[in-house]
Amino acid sequence: MEIGLTHYLIISAILFSLGLYGIITRKHAIMVLMGLELVLNATNINFIAFARYGGMNIEGHIAAIFVIILAAAEAAIALAIVLNIYQNFRHVNVDEVDNLKG
Amino acid sequence: MTQDVVLPLSILILLIPLLSFLINIFFGNKLGRLSGVVGTTILGIDLGLAIVVAFTKLTSYGTLHIIQNRVEWFNLGSVKVLVGIGIDNIAAIMLIVVTLISFLVHLFSTVYMEGDRRYPKFYAYLGLFTFSMLGIVIANNFLLMYIFWELVGISSYLLIGFWYEKNSASNAGKKAFITNRIGDLGFFIGIMILFFTYGSFMFEDVFAGISSGVMPFNNPTMLTIAGICIFMGAMGKSAQFPLHVWLPDAMEGPTPVSALIHAATMVAAGVYLVAKVFAMFTADALTFIAVIGTITAFISATIALTQVDFKKVLAYSTVSQLGFMVMSLGVGGYTNGFFHLVTHAWFKAALFLAAGSVIHAMHHAAHHMHDHHTDAQDINNMGGLKKTMPWTYRTFLFVTLALSGIPLTSGFLSKDGILAGTLAYANLTGGWHWIIPVLAFTAAGMTAFYMFRLTIVAFHGEHKTEIAKHTKENKLPIVLPLVVLAFMSLWIFYSPNPIDASKGWFHKMIVQPKSAVPDAYQWSFLLNEHAEEDATVAHQAEGSTTHLEATTGKPDDVKAAGHTTGHYLNKFQEESHHFHYIAMILSLLIAGSGIALAFMIYQYKLISADKLEARFKFLHTFSLNKWYFDELYQATAINGILVVSKALSWFDNYVVDGLVNLSSYVTRGFSYVVGLFDNYVIDGAVNLTATFTGFLGAKLRKVQTGHIQSYVVFVLLGILILLYFFI
Amino acid sequence: MDLITIAFYFFGALTIVFGAVVVFTKNIMHAAFSLLFTFFGIAGLYVLLSADFLAITQIMIYIGGILVLIIFGVMLTTRITGVEVKSGKIGKVQLAVAGLLTVLIAATLIMIFTTSNWYTADSVPLNSTVNEIGTALLTNYLLAFEAASMLLLIAIVGAAFIARKKH
Repeated sequence: MEIGLTHYLIISAILFSLGLYGIITRKHAIMVLMGLELVLNATNINFIAFARYGGMNIEGHIAAIFVIILAAAEAAIALAIVLNIYQNFRHVNVDEVDNLKG
Repeated sequence: MTQDVVLPLSILILLIPLLSFLINIFFGNKLGRLSGVVGTTILGIDLGLAIVVAFTKLTSYGTLHIIQNRVEWFNLGSVKVLVGIGIDNIAAIMLIVVTLISFLVHLFSTVYMEGDRRYPKFYAYLGLFTFSMLGIVIANNFLLMYIFWELVGISSYLLIGFWYEKNSASNAGKKAFITNRIGDLGFFIGIMILFFTYGSFMFEDVFAGISSGVMPFNNPTMLTIAGICIFMGAMGKSAQFPLHVWLPDAMEGPTPVSALIHAATMVAAGVYLVAKVFAMFTADALTFIAVIGTITAFISATIALTQVDFKKVLAYSTVSQLGFMVMSLGVGGYTNGFFHLVTHAWFKAALFLAAGSVIHAMHHAAHHMHDHHTDAQDINNMGGLKKTMPWTYRTFLFVTLALSGIPLTSGFLSKDGILAGTLAYANLTGGWHWIIPVLAFTAAGMTAFYMFRLTIVAFHGEHKTEIAKHTKENKLPIVLPLVVLAFMSLWIFYSPNPIDASKGWFHKMIVQPKSAVPDAYQWSFLLNEHAEEDATVAHQAEGSTTHLEATTGKPDDVKAAGHTTGHYLNKFQEESHHFHYIAMILSLLIAGSGIALAFMIYQYKLISADKLEARFKFLHTFSLNKWYFDELYQATAINGILVVSKALSWFDNYVVDGLVNLSSYVTRGFSYVVGLFDNYVIDGAVNLTATFTGFLGAKLRKVQTGHIQSYVVFVLLGILILLYFFI
Repeated sequence: MDLITIAFYFFGALTIVFGAVVVFTKNIMHAAFSLLFTFFGIAGLYVLLSADFLAITQIMIYIGGILVLIIFGVMLTTRITGVEVKSGKIGKVQLAVAGLLTVLIAATLIMIFTTSNWYTADSVPLNSTVNEIGTALLTNYLLAFEAASMLLLIAIVGAAFIARKKH
């Protein structure tokens, strides 16, 4: 079977699910962040696959570039927040940072 | 100077004193002593403008009845309310009278009021007063006149009560204000009758309405009543019987104020008003006016005979002279009445300023001698001031002569005209009207007597007290106005002939207006015999005699002469002329005997004043107590009002308050029930809602774990549900 | 099996296997290095999709930038030598729920992707996309481009502000 759009979409779906699993199950904030990166990359694969096979062409690339930009900004801010949490709690376990508990 | 410059200039004249008021009221404390200089300078400019306007009107446009404008102010429904200003000949002359006297009083006050704590405020009030008075002068409608009329009332209240620390001064201010209000009420009713009938406040519209035969409420008597109502305003301002009581009390104000307000301007406003609306008075209204004037002239002359306060004598003399003016207007002697207003303004202002000069000197002397108990205004404490205050004495003597009606003075000219007019009137109407000339001549005689009593007691003889001995002549700002005013009292300003004013420019310019009242309701002798002449000529010098027309060769005079050779405007003037010499001789005789009597009693002591007093004990006390008018009013009007007020207050306390309290109890009961409903039903519903919300919140808050990851789980669940829902 | 197919399976397996390691490993450093390989695999997939610019960008930004940042974060917040490097424990029930949910999501997505009748255009020729991307960024997407630059600036300033030591 020739490699087509569906193959890439399945890879991105698996990657996306792995990312989600990481986000939900890891306690360490940075591990959560890594899961997030996986999700974003899965999205990017979708964009590029559609650009190649779905007629999105250059728009797909542009969208992927903006996702990367957002990811960079997000990573910077998120790590700053993580450092801040570390300064305040001396750990970075997200399940223990529950000051907003109702 | 053209005609259309006159009105803007008049408005400027009106507003300039207001500027003085504004400057002194707002910046007075910063200006301090300078405020007097500022006020005087501003009034000086005003005087200059007034002279320009008056001379323009009298020389270039003397034959024109009035220069005026009409401006639409506002609409009352379909009625347009017009106002405007107008300069006729009497307004032009009044402009000079008001501004010149005001200027001199400003000048006088720079010394007289020196050292007063509220010196700038005094000048502010003077400015306000001058502004209001000029407003009355240049108004050509009832509305503006009434507005300025009230402004004059308030500013005179402020000035009379200027030394309000003194109880008597603040009481005098209130008395003046309230008494004036009584007259103003009548004035207001009169204006409303006229406005209701003729739909306009403009004098000319009202006159046109009357002459077209329209009567208020279709009843000629109502026109008489409207006239009397208007005249009531004049009675208040010009202190006519029975509203004359405020003027003597108003002497509590500073003496320059007395000179300005209570001698020359404010009290003249009433006479001016009567002159301005002279055309609307019916025969009956005129009779009423004449009687009131006569009674005023006579009563106040008798009161003046016995007063010992320098200013009180002058005050009653003023009331008496105002009576003369009103009487003159009432009998139909329009020109002479207004003439007397002008001449009297000069010499009475001079008398008051002289009184101010004397009192100032007495105060200074008393202060110098540390004597604070002697009354500085009591003439029995003066005496011999002739030696210490020569200039005051000379001017005072001269203006006394003028007031007494001695030839070569302006007072002689005007008083003589009035007396001749009363004789003519009595002769033409007959019957009880002869009382008017009799009382008028008696009052004239008494005037001469009491004025010379005042002069002799205060200035002649020996110093009666140490204070009088130490008096000194005042500074120039006090003496100069006296001299100017005395100079203005010479006959030469009004007529070249010292015994007959009817040949002078004044009588030529101030011509009796044609009565607007239909012939049936007017004295036949006041009807113009040449009424068919064209209107512009009608206001000219028809009243003057033929020889005058021969001497002045103006074209319009010649035109008038063509019709009127040997004739007067009406029968009254003709009759007055016949009585001229009789009146002159009689008045001279009476004035002379009054003066002689005064000299016999007070100068040469040929007749003992005390014995006379004892002999006519009843009359003396009656006069000294001012005919018990104040007591009468106290017993009737004031106590009556107090009783009514108390009754009303009782009614208010028990009946009205009872009703109010009852309604408040009812309201409170009702409110209590409403309150219960509010507390239990409405609040209950609100509380129920709150409780329910709280319960829901308590349950739902558990969902908020604070764990980001559980939130993610919820989001995923949501996404999954949505996905399956849509696919 | 042509070379493209082999390459695809190689890079796809690389991506998914190391992605799984990132998620499942207990050691945070292992996770970080596995992430590197995942990114590399994704870059390979980009190349196969003839997105040369994106592939370079992926390597430069993710591997050269974001991953370095993450490793810094790990080093700053974790005592590397101790056992604490391991991620904390989590309850069995939660793990089960998470796994179930994730499998459910994956199954749903795959089902959708495979059953959908996607519109497919003709394959675009294999040439450089840099030119086109540059033109597009400075014409049709200029506003978004500038907004992105603003976002990055704000992110830099904000990150510095948030992460700075207080007091």
